[in-house]
Amino acid sequence: MTAVAMTVNGKAVTGDVDPRTLLVQFLREHLRLTGTHVGCDTSQCGACVVHVDGKAVKACTTFAWQVQGANITTIEGLAEPNGPLHPMQEAFRENHALQCGYCTPGMIMSAVDIVWRKGNELDEKTIRHELEGNICRCTGYHNIVKAIAAGAKAMAKA
Amino acid sequence: MYEFKFHRPTTVRQAAGLLARQEEAKLLAGGHTLIPTMKLRLAGPKHIIDMSQIEGISGIEMKGRSLVIGALTRHVEVATSPIVKENIPALAELAGLIGDPAVRHRGTIGGSVANNDPNADYPAAVLGLGATVITNKRRIAADDFFKGLFETALEPDEIIVRFQFPKVNKAAYMKFPNPASRFALVGVFVSKRGSDIRVAVTGAGSNGVFRVTSFEEALKKRFGAKSLDGMTIPADGMSSDIHGSAEYRAHLVGVLARRAVAAATA
Repeated sequence: MTAVAMTVNGKAVTGDVDPRTLLVQFLREHLRLTGTHVGCDTSQCGACVVHVDGKAVKACTTFAWQVQGANITTIEGLAEPNGPLHPMQEAFRENHALQCGYCTPGMIMSAVDIVWRKGNELDEKTIRHELEGNICRCTGYHNIVKAIAAGAKAMAKA
Repeated sequence: MYEFKFHRPTTVRQAAGLLARQEEAKLLAGGHTLIPTMKLRLAGPKHIIDMSQIEGISGIEMKGRSLVIGALTRHVEVATSPIVKENIPALAELAGLIGDPAVRHRGTIGGSVANNDPNADYPAAVLGLGATVITNKRRIAADDFFKGLFETALEPDEIIVRFQFPKVNKAAYMKFPNPASRFALVGVFVSKRGSDIRVAVTGAGSNGVFRVTSFEEALKKRFGAKSLDGMTIPADGMSSDIHGSAEYRAHLVGVLARRAVAAATA
């Protein structure tokens, strides 16, 4: 077993885990933060995307001990506690950018990361290219792309 | 996944010592090949030697006429580096085509080159730019480094610490990504540095990355896409799988080489 310590959604957390424990398992099974999903478990679908020190990372392809001391944000920590939804979450709701919702947490975490890297004015081509690592099997992406463009703009005002 | 112990050395020397001492040990850099492979139980190292705590093996700088990139430098850093964009823009572009944004946040140049996946992008740049691979023991020319599928000249306790890329006059990389995995079905890197012309191909060869000497000879006469008009390579030695036949891959090598030269001379 190995001791891990990190900050998740602003709170210091610790755990004693098998070295094989992936970050996504630590979040879901030890911290019970089940908003981060496991889709493909092969680093392709992006349902497990979280922010590690401000960068989008696939939590299924990272051991918990690799992010020792890091600052992690999951979908649960994106909006202020008891506050309104994060502008990107609100844009997904407003634009009906989900059907089953399974990919949505990863989509939103990736979308916020895209805005951080590419700015608040995103064209469709950029969004589609940047979403290469996030797979949705329901929507055909159309409303997701719309939501991200709207969410990016809304983040500038927030 | 099989059980393992992990180690977090803080120097290259400690890491090399662990590699030499421990049986079935593997280095972990970004982990975006090793961890998925371990999950599938295609790899079951007993010891994981994590490189993330080692100082001084990441970062990008110009030294004289060479671009020096540390082994632990992540794809996103190469893709967005003003130094790389100014000196070898084709290398920054190539790094920006690897995987997806989340993969580029973790994956490293050293990990990719040491793994020598036949469909990886970086081997094409290392060979196509005539880079030098600098390890804890020696300097290895790109032409001597790649030895076949997932095989390199690295000895069991040898660790890549950095790469030295010579600044070239012209270079470009053209990639035909597998639409599902985004790995290179075929990728061609071309460069011109004085009279040294290189055409390196990834994805196509059944033995990993290789140079196309016939194309290089043609480009020595004149470095332009027209010099490659009608030229092809034989399908012998090309990979063949559900993603593309050997003939298809051989055809793509010609098409992408012409496009790469056109981009390099544009």
